[in-house]
Amino acid sequence: MNVLTTSLKNLAAAISSKKVSAREVTEKFLGQSEKWNKKLNAYITMNDQALETATKIDQRIAKGEKVGPLAGVPLAIKDMLCTKGLRTTAGSKILHNFVPPYSATVVERLEKSGAITLGKTNQDEFAMGSSTETSHFGISRNPWNLDYVPGGSSGGSAAAVAAGMATASIGTDTGGSIRQPASFCGIVGVKPTYGRVSRYGIVAFASSLDQAGPFSRTVEDSALVLESICGHDERDSTTAKVPVPQWSASINKSLKGLKVGLPKEYFSDQLEPETRKAVDRAIDAVKKAGAETVEVSIPLTEMAVPIYYLIATSEASSNLARYDGVRFGHRADFSKHPAEDLAEFYCRTRGEGFGSEVKRRIILGTYALSSGYYDAYYKKACQVRRLLRQQFLDVFSKCQVVISPVTTSPAFKIGDRILDPLQMYLNDIYTTSANLTGIPGMSVPAGFSTKGLPIGVQLLSAHFQEQHLFNVGSVIEESLAIKELPSVLQ
Amino acid sequence: MISEEEVDRVAYLARLSLTPAETKELAKQLSSVLGHFEQVSKVDTKGVEPLVTPTDMEAFWRDDKAQIWESPEVATANAPETIGNLFKVPPVVG
Amino acid sequence: MSYNDWEAVIGLEIHAQLLTESKIFSADSTTFGGADNENVTPVSLGMPGTLPVVNRKVIEFAVRTGLALNCNIREKSVFARKNYFYPDLPKGYQISQFDEPICERGHVEYFLDGEIRKVNIERAHLEEDAGKSIHSGDFTLINLNRAGVALLEIVSAPDMRTPQEAAEYARTVRRILRYLNVCDGNLEEGSMRCDCNVSVRKKGDPKLGTKVELKNINSFRFVEKAVEYEIQRQIDCKETGEKITQETRLYDATKNRTFAMRSKEEAHDYRYFPDPDLLPVRLDPAFLTKVRGELPELPLARAQRFQTAFGLPAYDSFVLTAEKSLADYFEIVAKASNNPKAASNWIMGEMLRELNEARLDMEKTPISAQHLADLILMIDSKEISGKMAKDVFLEMWKTSKPPKDIVKSKGMAQITDTSAIEKIVDEVMAANEPAVADYRGGKIKLFGFFVGQVMKASKGQANPEMVNQILQSKLKG
Repeated sequence: MNVLTTSLKNLAAAISSKKVSAREVTEKFLGQSEKWNKKLNAYITMNDQALETATKIDQRIAKGEKVGPLAGVPLAIKDMLCTKGLRTTAGSKILHNFVPPYSATVVERLEKSGAITLGKTNQDEFAMGSSTETSHFGISRNPWNLDYVPGGSSGGSAAAVAAGMATASIGTDTGGSIRQPASFCGIVGVKPTYGRVSRYGIVAFASSLDQAGPFSRTVEDSALVLESICGHDERDSTTAKVPVPQWSASINKSLKGLKVGLPKEYFSDQLEPETRKAVDRAIDAVKKAGAETVEVSIPLTEMAVPIYYLIATSEASSNLARYDGVRFGHRADFSKHPAEDLAEFYCRTRGEGFGSEVKRRIILGTYALSSGYYDAYYKKACQVRRLLRQQFLDVFSKCQVVISPVTTSPAFKIGDRILDPLQMYLNDIYTTSANLTGIPGMSVPAGFSTKGLPIGVQLLSAHFQEQHLFNVGSVIEESLAIKELPSVLQ
Repeated sequence: MISEEEVDRVAYLARLSLTPAETKELAKQLSSVLGHFEQVSKVDTKGVEPLVTPTDMEAFWRDDKAQIWESPEVATANAPETIGNLFKVPPVVG
Repeated sequence: MSYNDWEAVIGLEIHAQLLTESKIFSADSTTFGGADNENVTPVSLGMPGTLPVVNRKVIEFAVRTGLALNCNIREKSVFARKNYFYPDLPKGYQISQFDEPICERGHVEYFLDGEIRKVNIERAHLEEDAGKSIHSGDFTLINLNRAGVALLEIVSAPDMRTPQEAAEYARTVRRILRYLNVCDGNLEEGSMRCDCNVSVRKKGDPKLGTKVELKNINSFRFVEKAVEYEIQRQIDCKETGEKITQETRLYDATKNRTFAMRSKEEAHDYRYFPDPDLLPVRLDPAFLTKVRGELPELPLARAQRFQTAFGLPAYDSFVLTAEKSLADYFEIVAKASNNPKAASNWIMGEMLRELNEARLDMEKTPISAQHLADLILMIDSKEISGKMAKDVFLEMWKTSKPPKDIVKSKGMAQITDTSAIEKIVDEVMAANEPAVADYRGGKIKLFGFFVGQVMKASKGQANPEMVNQILQSKLKG
């Protein structure tokens, strides 16, 4: 068993049956992270308590105590999730020194399941980006080719798993921030139904769109992690009171009778042929397992990016108002040039604490909510959102799963798109609809480009129907899973 | 189109200082972005109720029970500046 | 007060701090000790990733109040974010309600100058309080103990025309809030805040004048004074052609003036939008029915009932219904003594005087309602005289003992035994033979002297009517 690349399921079984100790495993992952983080910059902060926690798990196992399903498994956590006593930055200068006195519900639940937090991963600042290039803590690199982006915003979490620096990781997905980096890094990533996973303690980007979810090397592992973090939370009013199924135990690879929808708007000219081929490979695998494909249509697809950015930036402009240098975080240095008034105090602190992409989005969102523009931008976007949701509900009356590309093309080169915001935004065409409509989505590997970059496919299903994603995803990975570490790391 | 003056006005509303170069660039970028987003106006939304939370779920209200959390020291531990356990900011007029 | 051909238009925004144990969206306690920032959690500190969760009781209190104010309770109301920057506003936005408030379109009736008047309520919405800024010249300090405390903002229509109406409306709302037990209505401590919108126009002009908002008013007397001052100021402006600016002015009670707030006047753009962290509040009819069923009888209705059921004068009925505890107390005494007017007299006289002197609320009275009723019954059955009763009352106030025990232990019972009184009368007549002779000689004015002597000899305990009777017959000779 290669500890670094084996599945979470195997690793957890090996640890709880004492074939390997949690401490040994943690040491191995810390070693791999130490070795590669300088190049990949996947982690912002390592958890110096990781070994101690691993030892405690070993002691509990030795005593024959019952341990959780993730006992001893080293996980990486996106720096959007608050970790009590461990610095949490959201990739921003404005939180560069923030040590939360509380943990996100997701983090608490992972700890309860026995997982070990290895460290906090790099990301686009406040999850605003698709390349992990907007982080205050430097860009992360794609383990398959260091000149390429790992995707984003959860680029660090995706790169860490792809590089054997964690068995699985947690990311957040507001418009594709789990699915897109999973696709770029050749691993599995799941954005659950909005309301499945508590947002408590997760730095808010856009409250009605944000959901946390897992990255892992296998579909079953993502199911295992998701089972541990899902469920109603009394600290988040927008978590659904619905049962959490044991998806991992119910994976069914026979797809007989399953209808798979192919939305025609997702296969337009802008889709690059190599990506198209990857999606076709996945469709073939699914057909072989007995599923039937049907063409479906989501006419409002081209509206997804505009309404997504109007809504996400509006919510963000308000969510990020709390970073004001009063109670926590960065404050501009006023010792030499005192602020003349309160407004200057805020403007300077926020002006230097936020990076340019964050400022761009705050201004866009503030504008969309401001007097005279609210109806035409924010409100209009929310109305179109309802119509888009209805189109998806209609689609899911004709099929159970939708297969589509995640992005139009595989990972792009560092620096290639950062200068043109609109082009960067338009990349999110296939992923934003799941967030706008609340439905779950998954990215699962479907082979490589000729340049050797992984390409994933996206699976979507109706609200709370994650089981379909795990079933179809498992079928696709049977033929297309990536089992080895990227060659540069070997 | 969004003018530089408009960018500065909105930046002030959002309490963000911008350099003149940033203002200029943002006016250009946001004009292009909003120009593209204009297409939403074409969608007929007459009588459509805006959607905020995309998943149908039951509201949850908590019981009126007070709980004690940590200490004032913990509450203010991350603050850039304090006096005792109070947050300190520049003088506020009015 | 008359303003010649000017007319004032007044509307009130009343912020009522709701009497919940925890804050509106988080579990921090609402009762503060002395320590700074002791009642905070990551939620009320506005820390990253924290989320609001609605306090069930806050919704119930808002509905209760809305129903008492005759409001329409919305089946669906929405929490919205009001965005602005201020150091005591931790999140950079206040969670409030905007275009879909929980209560709307109600009205309140109140009694002034012998008639019932009405003020329309535009809306009552829920919101969270901000923290406290402590200004200190070179810097400002922020205490967030209060941040997130539940407020219900009751917005009246601009239906009032005089300072007296404004003050009486505010008192009426306070009375209702206290009856409902949703707010303690303490203006001084800020648990109820009255902001007054005042404008002035020519009588008959359908258009409203420029509105000025008055803040920092911490008593009902000051509501009246501040509004009065502001009306005069605005009339002076109008008459001298000075422009009235739409602004917020603070009332200074010591100077009895209003002052414009020294803040940079900038156009506010609060960018209200529905808070995506909270689902809309949906209320089902069963819940409304339940809350409606639990509403107490409200002050005005109760005062009217006291007039019809107990035959009380209007004045008494309003005094006695000013506080629910007072009205409850009166009602027990009135029924148990079967003498409502006496009950009213004792409560409005002796009881309120003692309470005022001791600065106590009705709830804290040392005299139980049943004991006061017993006292009235003893007077009515002539066990004690009215004069003795006052002494007994004071003893009851001091000791909380039943009146019977006090009368017994102090030997204060009225002497109603004919032979006992005859004996005293005989003794007094024997000791004052010259006076008896004078009386019998025609100086009938001396009768009072004899009564006084008998009462003195009986230590005030002899039944005065019997003393009169017996004296009269014995003096005749």
